Amino acid sequence: MNQIIKIEIDGQVCMGQKGQYLVDVARENGIYIPTLCNIIGMKPRGACRLCTVRVNGKLMTSCTTPISNGMQVETKSEELDNLRNGIIELMFAEGNHFCPACEKSGNCELQALAYRFRISVPRFPFQFPQRDIEAGHPLLIKDHNRCILCKRCIRAIKDESGKSIFAFTKRGPKVGISIDTTLSAKMDKTLAQKAVEICPVGAILPRAQAFRSPIGTRKYDKTPIGEEESSKKDPVAL
Amino acid sequence: MKKAVIATTSLAGCFGCHMSLLDIDAKILDLIELVEFDKSPINDLKTFTRECDIGLIEGGCCNSENVEVLKDFRKHCKILISVGECAIMGGLPALRNNIPVKECLEEAYLNGPSVAGNNEAGIIPNDDELPILLNKVYPCHDIVKIDYHLPGCPPRAGLIWEALYALLTNQKIDLPYELVKYD
Repeated sequence: MNQIIKIEIDGQVCMGQKGQYLVDVARENGIYIPTLCNIIGMKPRGACRLCTVRVNGKLMTSCTTPISNGMQVETKSEELDNLRNGIIELMFAEGNHFCPACEKSGNCELQALAYRFRISVPRFPFQFPQRDIEAGHPLLIKDHNRCILCKRCIRAIKDESGKSIFAFTKRGPKVGISIDTTLSAKMDKTLAQKAVEICPVGAILPRAQAFRSPIGTRKYDKTPIGEEESSKKDPVAL
Repeated sequence: MKKAVIATTSLAGCFGCHMSLLDIDAKILDLIELVEFDKSPINDLKTFTRECDIGLIEGGCCNSENVEVLKDFRKHCKILISVGECAIMGGLPALRNNIPVKECLEEAYLNGPSVAGNNEAGIIPNDDELPILLNKVYPCHDIVKIDYHLPGCPPRAGLIWEALYALLTNQKIDLPYELVKYD
């Protein structure tokens, strides 16, 4: 039988089941913790560190931390905001994120997080790294300029035998996520579409589609990311 | 009340941000009650005639002239604001940042579809009068200190207005979600 555990998030008593991850418990209790690499219902990876909160005074990623009885969690503070914004800003500075020229703009989770936290400019200098675009696949384009290496595609997009269609190539600063040409040869349109949707940024795009929705009608044009999860009274002031 | 003095310029930009400033519609009448313009394409003043309170910079720095103008703005303006993605991060002109300048020039003047076969002498403009292209397109805050950044491509007219109004009336700015966009 599932054991119900009581924890405290930002002074609010929350209930969750034993073994549940903190980020899921928070969401189920109407508290939004920003995430980027996390996929609801899948094993967490803790890659982006964006969901970092203070658990009993210690900084921990809430997507990989199972709840325990009496846990004291702090998700909102000047320090945490600063850390989170720093991570988002690093990602913008590290890659080549030309939002005005990106088909994902308006539906991009990285951009939506920056909007939510009103980031107007990264504190870090833009790197303008030299990156390629892989356009060899018949259904997908992989743009390394925009990839934030969150591993969502590696974890979620698999062939019939359970092998990942996306994989890391190279190491260190040259690391990138590429499409496995052999495995992906048999990829159907549904799986390709799933890959496009699982990518939080515009690094995996469908071929021959380009811009679809006019400005003002896209996912994050009017509604901040996390709006549905966060408590009703002051949704944006996190 | 003494009116604040504003200067504006477009560096490596497309004038879209200036268009967005004009897009504040009837509020331009309110704005003109609060400010007067010095050096700006809006009044076609080519040089600074006095010290300015606010300088609005559109576009990043892609050539030597942009750098010179930007430094001149820093010298003459108390507050300098990067307006739009190009000023903030180089914007679309910075798409060339990973391509050597030589290759860019050859594409533009020798090999591009609109010029191929039409430039038999193979001339790439290099007159002393022309500003020299920089190796990369630089965000304005890489060259001088920038006090505020207004993102957008272009920044929404409402964002420019809200920011200017708050600054001119010495109020804290509380930007609505819909106005802060990168495209």
